[in-house]
Amino acid sequence: MAELNKKISVTIDNITVEVEPGTTILQAARLVGGDVTPPAMCYYSKLEGSGGKCRTCLVEVAAGSTADPRPMPKLVASCRTTVMDGMVVKNITSERVMDARNGVVEFLLINHPLDCPICDQAGECHLQDLSYEHGTAGTRYQFARRTFTREDIGPYIQLHMTRCILCYRCVMVGEQVAEQRVHGVVDRGDHAAISTFISKAIDNDFSGNMIDVCPVGALTDRTFRFKNRVWFTKPMDAHRNCENPKCCGKVTLWMRGEEVYRVTARKDPWGEVQSYDGKPGWICNTCRFEKKKASDWTVEGLTTISRHSVIGANKYEEMVMPQETIQKVMGGLEPRKLMNIHSISDVNDPDITLSELPGPAHSVDFDRANSINNQIPENPGDAERHNKQMINKTQG
Amino acid sequence: MTIEFTKERMYKVQEIINKYPAGKQKSALLPVLHLAQEQFNGWLDVPVMDYVAGLLKLDPIEVYEVASFYSMYNLKPVGKYVFEVCQTGPCMLNGSDDIIHYIKNKLKISEGETTADGMFTLKTVECLGACGYAPMMQLGKHYREHLTPAKVDEIVEECRKQAATAANGNGYLS
Amino acid sequence: MSKKLLLEKAHIEGIKSYPVYRREGGYVSVEKALKMKPEEIVEEVKVSGLRGRGGAGFPTGMKWSFLAKPEGVPRYLVCNADESEPGTFKDRYLMEFIPHLLIEGMIASSYALGCNSSYIYIRGEYHWIADILEEAIQEAKDNGWLGDNIQGSGFSCNVYVQRGAGAYICGEETALLESLEGKRGNPRIKPPFPAVKGLWDCPTVVNNVETIAAVVPIINQGGAAYASIGVGKSTGTKLISACGNINKPGVYEIDMTISVEEFIFSDTYCGGIPNGKRLKACIPGGSSVPILPANLLLTTAKGEKRMMNYESLADGGFATGTMMGSGGFIVLDEDQCIVKHTYTLARFYRHESCGQCSPCREGTGWMEKILWNIEQGKGKMSDIDLLWDIQRKIEGNTICPLGDAAAWPVAAAIRHFRDEFEWHVNNPDLCTLQNYGLAHYADPVYVPAT
Repeated sequence: MAELNKKISVTIDNITVEVEPGTTILQAARLVGGDVTPPAMCYYSKLEGSGGKCRTCLVEVAAGSTADPRPMPKLVASCRTTVMDGMVVKNITSERVMDARNGVVEFLLINHPLDCPICDQAGECHLQDLSYEHGTAGTRYQFARRTFTREDIGPYIQLHMTRCILCYRCVMVGEQVAEQRVHGVVDRGDHAAISTFISKAIDNDFSGNMIDVCPVGALTDRTFRFKNRVWFTKPMDAHRNCENPKCCGKVTLWMRGEEVYRVTARKDPWGEVQSYDGKPGWICNTCRFEKKKASDWTVEGLTTISRHSVIGANKYEEMVMPQETIQKVMGGLEPRKLMNIHSISDVNDPDITLSELPGPAHSVDFDRANSINNQIPENPGDAERHNKQMINKTQG
Repeated sequence: MTIEFTKERMYKVQEIINKYPAGKQKSALLPVLHLAQEQFNGWLDVPVMDYVAGLLKLDPIEVYEVASFYSMYNLKPVGKYVFEVCQTGPCMLNGSDDIIHYIKNKLKISEGETTADGMFTLKTVECLGACGYAPMMQLGKHYREHLTPAKVDEIVEECRKQAATAANGNGYLS
Repeated sequence: MSKKLLLEKAHIEGIKSYPVYRREGGYVSVEKALKMKPEEIVEEVKVSGLRGRGGAGFPTGMKWSFLAKPEGVPRYLVCNADESEPGTFKDRYLMEFIPHLLIEGMIASSYALGCNSSYIYIRGEYHWIADILEEAIQEAKDNGWLGDNIQGSGFSCNVYVQRGAGAYICGEETALLESLEGKRGNPRIKPPFPAVKGLWDCPTVVNNVETIAAVVPIINQGGAAYASIGVGKSTGTKLISACGNINKPGVYEIDMTISVEEFIFSDTYCGGIPNGKRLKACIPGGSSVPILPANLLLTTAKGEKRMMNYESLADGGFATGTMMGSGGFIVLDEDQCIVKHTYTLARFYRHESCGQCSPCREGTGWMEKILWNIEQGKGKMSDIDLLWDIQRKIEGNTICPLGDAAAWPVAAAIRHFRDEFEWHVNNPDLCTLQNYGLAHYADPVYVPAT
């Protein structure tokens, strides 16, 4: 039976990983981490049937498998394509992928409002992240944007359809987590909208999880609306013994001072709800909306992981940095650097460790031609420095 | 008004459900919505959709989702006679724009509107698969093809006559 | 004159009814099929070289052989009669005038694939045709061709008709299956393919009306005889629905050995262009395939005569060629505006996009708006490049082929008629009053020899 569990290997952007059969390209890429991982706006590993719709995770399959190394003609949705043994995938190393992804981001943004300054999701918005990485400064769209009126769907959730990118995640929460669906996607094409159709309240006990899965600010917490910016609040891990057997009771409290502004489920590094023993840690509406006093909770301490930089700023004692892969896969290139200062100036020679200089650095310290090879040191300190530099040079 | 299918339609609903394996009665949704629209004045009001949901043991939202997806279901009241005029490429090449313009002037309504007497609704639609017989429109169950202004006049007359004589005409000329 | 296999008897008085259809040799293929092993029929279809007639042209025999056959799981055959591609009305003709041919093909194919329940999904607007099919099914049943133990063979089969409700996207096979399950017509993400997981998660084959009808002559005459008709990989006959600016619009059965020129100008087929006008352009395979200007339509870039078959129409790729597609043949005369025509197609695809994936949902509407601006004389020169870039970013990046179908007409219109787009931009007042005509093309004008 060992054969069945045999791991297979897949190479993504020149990095090879071993994964279980049946793993998707996206999941394999998440094992690698860093920039190699395609962004995902609709895929949500905890929701069955999610993914394939937003097209941001498109990748190029340069070789299908060891057995059949032909490339796939079209880009594929990495979230819905399972890896084969010996598959070779190109994500950020493929110009086609980057071009297509920039296109998808542009499509997602043409009708998305530029209201980040007043949007509660700002700072933890996946579309914001995506457009920083792949968007352009201007828009080529010269028409009126599609708008909808805001709708309160029940006492806790506001639906701001104008911001929606139709990822269908909240519909799947309605189906799979809340177990009863009163909202869905109505109409079609560019008119398609998330709606209850008859302005009905969504009152299921687990409906609040729709807010957590929403990648943008289309579904927001009415009890938190306009109360604070997420980056001003301090995320704290906390738990309580929730009476609801389906509620995991482990949450993140978003606090300012002693005041709890917002309660959410805990998120994993990919912005999804954290799993416990393989089960997603969904929380009930009572925990989310009703327990807004610090005394309702056993506070564990600061939340330690978040890949969202704005929220992460200065809040973490043990920030776990994601693996940096971009240099590895781009042949040593660091595309995020504006320029490499070492290659355009003799000053700041990386071989010279400034902290080891006994005094302030001057030009002679950087003047290789003179100071290292030709110039005779005049004082004792200089001699020592000269020797050190010579050693560095010969080693380099 | 109580919302309930007539006996004949109820029989039809059962017949439709029997086409599918047990438990797959959701498959009957499209045909049953057609039946509902036929009986309830040519459009699907929320209570009608809720009734269909009950019949097929579905959540109402499942019915709203489907009804709003397909262009043949009217979610707003329509006139007794709905002129669905095709305006896609091949019909356009054969002058569908002129026909639409003519109907608008004749009935004094725009696209999507219904005449004040509740008789006619004008809808512009996309390709109905009658490209060789363009310009054309759908009226009830049938297609009216090779349209000319004179032919439109005839059709309008025909509808008026039928409405005057039929005791319970609900818009379907056959 | 081309050989006819499907429509040969369509004009016989009373052929719609069972007695006449049977008298004319109907249901013989079912008799023959029931005496064969199912695999033998699949083999005949493979030998015949029959290619899917819905538009993609995928070999039918191969599609059939992919069908998974797990124990104890039902398999389904679904006939795609959701004919909605602008320019295409061939299936309607077949179903309306010789409905028993489709039913006969359904029974024989169901037997070959081992399906006991088969469905014909017909577009909702073809209401009266659905009634015709229901009637034909009832007649077939009454005469022992459907139901339990057909003709004492031990094989049982029922064929059901299901009406759609107005959605072009349901012509895409997985969207069709969703719709048949009573859901929104959102295409599924493949894999899994329907051959493994189709209708109600069971293995399913989805075939076009014409494809299934073609199984009848294949069984009657044998795959090899069918393959001997036509040329190369374009075997058998093909229904072409001709429309637009021609004297004789209608459905023609051709054997794929005639030239495009003959098809347009011969009196046997389209009968030339009305009012002595000249040919400007043509979309030979339904609105989504690339439009070609007259010169490239009649002659390939290599200078060869272009023929009405899969290979010749595709000769030159998208740069100078087009596709056979669904056989919706749309002819444009010299007075037609390419920008306006492309706009109506863009509007069509925007209207029919299911809205599931972002490039199609957002891109189709964007293209429509830009095309409308250009058509109204409000376009900028940069809009043409923008259009090109948008279609490029839709193509190949969507869940289903609707994205490609929306992108190709725009791409081809710009590729071959860019000067007409530029003329609109440069003449904002003139372009709303008159059409560009043929004025500035190098040599698109075709005048048939008299």
